[in-house]
Amino acid sequence: MPEGDPVMKAVGYYPGCSLHGGGRELDMSLRAVMSAAGLELREIDDWNCCGATAAHALNHDLGVALPYRVLALAEAQGMVEVLAPCASCFSRLKGTAIRLARSVALAAKMREVTGLEYRGPVTVLSVVEFVNRLLADGLAGKLTSPLAGLKVAAYYGCLLSRGEDIVEGDHENPDGMTAAIRASGAEPVEWNYATECCGGGFSMSLTEAVVDLSEAVLEDARAAGADAVVTGCPMCHSNLDMRQLAMRSRGRGPCAMPVVYLTELVGLAAGLDPKALGLDRHFVDALGLVSRPSCRPRRPA
Amino acid sequence: MSQAKTARLSDAILEATGINVAECYQCGKCTAGCPMARWMDLSPNQVMRLVQVGDEAATDELLRSGAIWACAGCLTCTARCPKELDPAAVMDVLREMAYERGTVPAARKRILAFHRAFLKVVEKTGRMSEVPLTARYKLGSGDLASDLGLGPRMLVRGKLPLLPKRIRGRREVKRMFAACRKGIR
Repeated sequence: MPEGDPVMKAVGYYPGCSLHGGGRELDMSLRAVMSAAGLELREIDDWNCCGATAAHALNHDLGVALPYRVLALAEAQGMVEVLAPCASCFSRLKGTAIRLARSVALAAKMREVTGLEYRGPVTVLSVVEFVNRLLADGLAGKLTSPLAGLKVAAYYGCLLSRGEDIVEGDHENPDGMTAAIRASGAEPVEWNYATECCGGGFSMSLTEAVVDLSEAVLEDARAAGADAVVTGCPMCHSNLDMRQLAMRSRGRGPCAMPVVYLTELVGLAAGLDPKALGLDRHFVDALGLVSRPSCRPRRPA
Repeated sequence: MSQAKTARLSDAILEATGINVAECYQCGKCTAGCPMARWMDLSPNQVMRLVQVGDEAATDELLRSGAIWACAGCLTCTARCPKELDPAAVMDVLREMAYERGTVPAARKRILAFHRAFLKVVEKTGRMSEVPLTARYKLGSGDLASDLGLGPRMLVRGKLPLLPKRIRGRREVKRMFAACRKGIR
């Protein structure tokens, strides 16, 4: 697709709060991959937080109202689709869009709460769906630096595998990332923890659970022979990558399992600079993956 | 008395979620797959059972339990329930009720402190930012010592913006918070 493609113009970008902080490598790698595809992301102007887990944990209405404002803004700005790369944002936005489409009463209540009009539908896309679309639209032909020999564990966690009507396909055996992994030249391993929870939002408030659950995920990836775990969720990434420090300080966990975003994997296969993808910002070294002779990407001129 | 309570608790669940808890036949699949069950004082199937019982004692036990706070919202139970009952949504309703009643057990107060800190930052700025969130959480929970080494490590990786982003529509967001607190139902 050429730059300024009218179809792409109608896709709004909802980075979500994590992608400006702890999850910025997902934002960086997504933008880098987009630019390699000759496309640009158009951010929703003045977007707010989706409320994540906290809003629906304490106030159901707020858990709907916050995503409602985002959908209303996107619609007012002429977007018919919204890309929400964070799995939690994706689940909240799409779940809200579905509920609004099904309940006139809820839509009326939200109009009253927010003072904003949303008619719908606005389609919400996950990072997995979006990457698959980019590959189908020509990006696959630009993956000239295949990561041959790299074995990865595709980790979907909760919100890229579950949520009725939110995530399509088999909740127990999701395969949305398989095509992108293979297109990148890597090999997905068979493993058991692809859809197990990492502990999600309890990183600070119940750290023990996050350390235990994330450790189990990483150990299974290691046992299955993976060189790295691939994820699409900034929360999972933070728990699996950053919390390896806590595992190590407890004398546990696999020694240094790199955790990378799907967009980083695809970006590497497109020959992009690892640093432009944010690969040097992870807690567990992931640059080692690209210095392997079998999968060294070309440096940009 | 007991009958009236029964009606109220399961009715509240039914009204909020459309779930008829009477359909639960206690197969235990929700508990078998629950990653957080180890950190719960009531297992998910026990939570469903107590909602069915729904008398004063059962309601009290539920709303004082740590289980409803330890639910991670991972949706494993919901995806696997053979009766399609969505226990995760039941947990949400119970948690909201417990929050309103102020019956959060001491062992899980940190989880509430985190949710509250998160929402306060969003209410004030329109977005979540790690620095004010962590500061508010630590003050609210008294959990001052943990993770002190992580801040500098995140900073050098460019993962900790020091100036929180503030959206233009802050007033709009504040009004939304106020309206939701009043519970326009």
